[in-house]
Amino acid sequence: MASHLFCGRVNLNILREAARKDLREFLDKCSGSKAIVWDEYLTGPFGLIAQYSLLKEHEVEKMFTLKGGRIPSAAVKNIVFFVRPRLELMDIIAENVASEDKLHPRDFHILFVPRRSLLCEQRLKEKGVLNSFTNIDEYILDLIPYDGDLLSMESESSFRECYLESDQTSLYHAAKGLMTLQALYGTIPQIFGKGECARHVANMMLRMKREFAGSHTQILPVFDTLLLLDRNVDLLTPLATQLTYEGLIDEIFSITNGYVKLPPEKFAQKKQGEGGKDLPTEPKKLQLNSAEELYAEIRDKNFNAVGAALSKKAKVISAAFEERHNAKTVGEIKQFVSQLPHMQAARSSLANHTSIAELIKDITSKSFLFISSLIFLSQTALLSCVSASEDFFDSLTVEQEFMTGVDTDKVSTYIEDCVAQKDPLIKILRLVCMQSVCNNGLKQKVLDFYKREILQTYGYKHILTLKNLEKVGLLKPQSTMRNNYPTIRKTLKLWMEDTNEQNPNDISYVYSGYAPLSVRLTQVLARPGWRSIEEVLKMLPGPHFEERQQHFWFTFLLKKLNILFHLFIIISILPIELCVHKKYIEL
Amino acid sequence: VSRAKPEDDEYWNSSKFKAFTFDDDDDEFSRLKESKRAVNSILVDDDDDEEEEDGVERVSWSGEPVGSISWSVKETASSIRSGSEQSFPKIDTTPSLSKQGSGYSLSSLFKGDLYDTAVRTYAPELSHRKVRWKGNTRGTKCLGGAPKNLEILFRELMARDVALRHYVHYLKEMGEQKLLVELMKALGRTEDMALMQYKEHLNIKDEGQRRDFLKSCLGLPFSQDDATHVQDHYTLLERQIIIEASDKKADAEIFKKFPRKASILNMPIITTLYYSCFYHYGESEGTYSSPENIRKTFRISEKQYILTALGARAKLKSWFDVDSLFNTKNWLGYTKKRSPIGFHRVVDILQKNSAPVNVLQEYVNLIDSPELKLSVALKYKCHDIVINTYRDLKDRQELVVYREKLERDSPEYRKIQELLNNVQIRWKN
Repeated sequence: MASHLFCGRVNLNILREAARKDLREFLDKCSGSKAIVWDEYLTGPFGLIAQYSLLKEHEVEKMFTLKGGRIPSAAVKNIVFFVRPRLELMDIIAENVASEDKLHPRDFHILFVPRRSLLCEQRLKEKGVLNSFTNIDEYILDLIPYDGDLLSMESESSFRECYLESDQTSLYHAAKGLMTLQALYGTIPQIFGKGECARHVANMMLRMKREFAGSHTQILPVFDTLLLLDRNVDLLTPLATQLTYEGLIDEIFSITNGYVKLPPEKFAQKKQGEGGKDLPTEPKKLQLNSAEELYAEIRDKNFNAVGAALSKKAKVISAAFEERHNAKTVGEIKQFVSQLPHMQAARSSLANHTSIAELIKDITSKSFLFISSLIFLSQTALLSCVSASEDFFDSLTVEQEFMTGVDTDKVSTYIEDCVAQKDPLIKILRLVCMQSVCNNGLKQKVLDFYKREILQTYGYKHILTLKNLEKVGLLKPQSTMRNNYPTIRKTLKLWMEDTNEQNPNDISYVYSGYAPLSVRLTQVLARPGWRSIEEVLKMLPGPHFEERQQHFWFTFLLKKLNILFHLFIIISILPIELCVHKKYIEL
Repeated sequence: VSRAKPEDDEYWNSSKFKAFTFDDDDDEFSRLKESKRAVNSILVDDDDDEEEEDGVERVSWSGEPVGSISWSVKETASSIRSGSEQSFPKIDTTPSLSKQGSGYSLSSLFKGDLYDTAVRTYAPELSHRKVRWKGNTRGTKCLGGAPKNLEILFRELMARDVALRHYVHYLKEMGEQKLLVELMKALGRTEDMALMQYKEHLNIKDEGQRRDFLKSCLGLPFSQDDATHVQDHYTLLERQIIIEASDKKADAEIFKKFPRKASILNMPIITTLYYSCFYHYGESEGTYSSPENIRKTFRISEKQYILTALGARAKLKSWFDVDSLFNTKNWLGYTKKRSPIGFHRVVDILQKNSAPVNVLQEYVNLIDSPELKLSVALKYKCHDIVINTYRDLKDRQELVVYREKLERDSPEYRKIQELLNNVQIRWKN
């Protein structure tokens, strides 16, 4: 199950195992048969730590979703609630407990994820059910290993909390998570950072380290550097449309907890003899991680390079299956048969990704053709493909114009047209925010125009949306301050005219021209160092800093031994930034 | 799982602060008086000394079990002990009032760099002050009875940025809307407060109640722009309710032919305009449901109006109405066709609604740019226009090519034939 975690250069399985051990311990505390009642939000992240099989080993017989009323009957001794510490969930739990069958009472337990909460316990007390719980514990799930080179806190609202509500709880969790990481992988010798939140996390880490000074074990550190970057140092990148294979899957279908839900039609199994009439109605859920060989190969490619990769793979797999004709001796046949499972998995993987690529192509590229599928497309389907792809192309063009500083001081007719067509509001907001970010705020007239169009077309309640966007700096009026974006762009070479999408030599291939600012900062940090871009750093928001947690000579020694890796943390990271960081590690 | 730290014991044994209890019999009053005096000694305030006795109310803190006190107590202890180094170097590194709602006493709000002597003196006392918040289950009236205490609290908070932020979160988490609004007002964050109030409308399902609520928001201190928008929002909903009520039981032809798919309530203004252009086109300006009335009341731009009306009338295939949209009289009194949106877009919209070619051609002809006109004509197979354009350009070859796309005996085919046979035309190729 966790084979994907071995793929990276750091064995993240250690982290996962530690998390599983904690989980096992808690389950054993509630001895006897049990049923788990889940806060739905947690099922995703937990799925990355443990499967049902582990739970079964610890006598979990049933699983339910948390909802009001009475818990379904189940012949178990214990009911365990896995919940986030939220007051509204406490009310539901209280309802569950109160409506329990008095004749066949079960023991109740709560596991708060990631932390216990006194307010929540107080709420339970108010509802008169606090004493019904045998065990109340907390399960600290900070950094969850997603893939061999990726950890995530899966905290969807952390950007909003930090920048809009000035609530820095998630920063605290991040610091805690990093401390856990250091406990398992050794103290990270160098910490670099840029941004207010980064500074706070670093401060917390340093303080926490001081507090635990005595209990510190000397493990040889696996990580060389920690880079902390605030999201608001680079607001441009998340606004732009991602153009890698994985990026586009996320843009169109949304990847959550390493899974994607896809329209089922393309994935219907063609059974022998059936006409394929009974199409599945449930969306097809696929797991995406680097344990899947093909996916690992194409996920970070620019989408325009995926077709070639897939057809190449198809040839390889075809050839492998053809080998059966060459297998003459019993020994050879036996060997062929032993390879079959792997080949079948590869073929199934190819089929899946070909289907996904087709789905993406329907929306994006007019020049990107799969000959086989084109033959079967009807006239109308073809036409609808074309208009959807024209729109995608137009949208991309406008994005690139903004990124290169073209016409950022005027109302964009394309955006105006999109509003007139009532395109999804998120698309409009991304574009206007991008224009604002690239222009360091919009001219008052332009801003007023966009605002009025948005409010009239999408509703007056969006004065709240617009206010929030202004607060976090995404969509604001032009200030008297100079627009530094062109300077930053030129100095850090954020726009590369001639990117090679097929055989890239520069990270700008991920946006077909634009190199993410966050990645450039990382690149420069490694070589030649941030001192060379002091001026540019000053133009970006928040302090930049450097901390050392080990003696210099120690780091130097480790560098010499060539066993150190870089670790990057950004609040609210994107798949595309992920891929570029991984690429960077390879370089 | 929390573990008691050794510092706790030290604290309990060495300090004079007593443990927190829920007992109402605890002698609150003397301590409260003490704290009030402490507070007053910092502030220069002359009028609240006398009212203490009567003003102080017995209130209980509904979210404060012992655990959090010991936490804040530990902080107090460590801060007192380590004189030089604060336990929390930066203000924000205190485990903030988590969104998950860890309850901390009021005293915990006055942490970190806020430790001036005055606070140290009265903060622990404040933790013993029980304040009853509006409990959901009890429905008791709250702070009306203790305004003075609140004033002091707010005043202190204003000077302490971090504590303030924590407090705001706490109030949000607990759903203490009224208190939050009071706080915002006291802080002078009037626009925030107004928006916060306005936001509540999203929780009101019933349209009548929502309308009334919006009306009540009208006097709030919004920014000038937002004030206009909220006014519009109220006016719009008010009218939507009226239109909805009447249309629901309407029996006009149009409603039978095109039954409404959804109610108009809470729809944005443009959607409402479209609806009006669809079902109530041509009504006099005097009715709420007429497009003209909506256009004027909500100050819709000409462009938006024409686009919306065009969409609606095209959907109904009322080509005549579409035509009238673009008619303007120039200063000589002649009727001319004019459009704030490019005519190519008009053509697109008409085409999407299956307008017949002769209608399309009319508008394609109005496209200014010859290149655009040609490409649109080609796209939508407006043969006559294509032919005329090639004729004007004297492009023989294109005509020949185009002829092959047409049906043998169609009028257009023959037209091209005639043109090609016309010896008077001096073709360029």
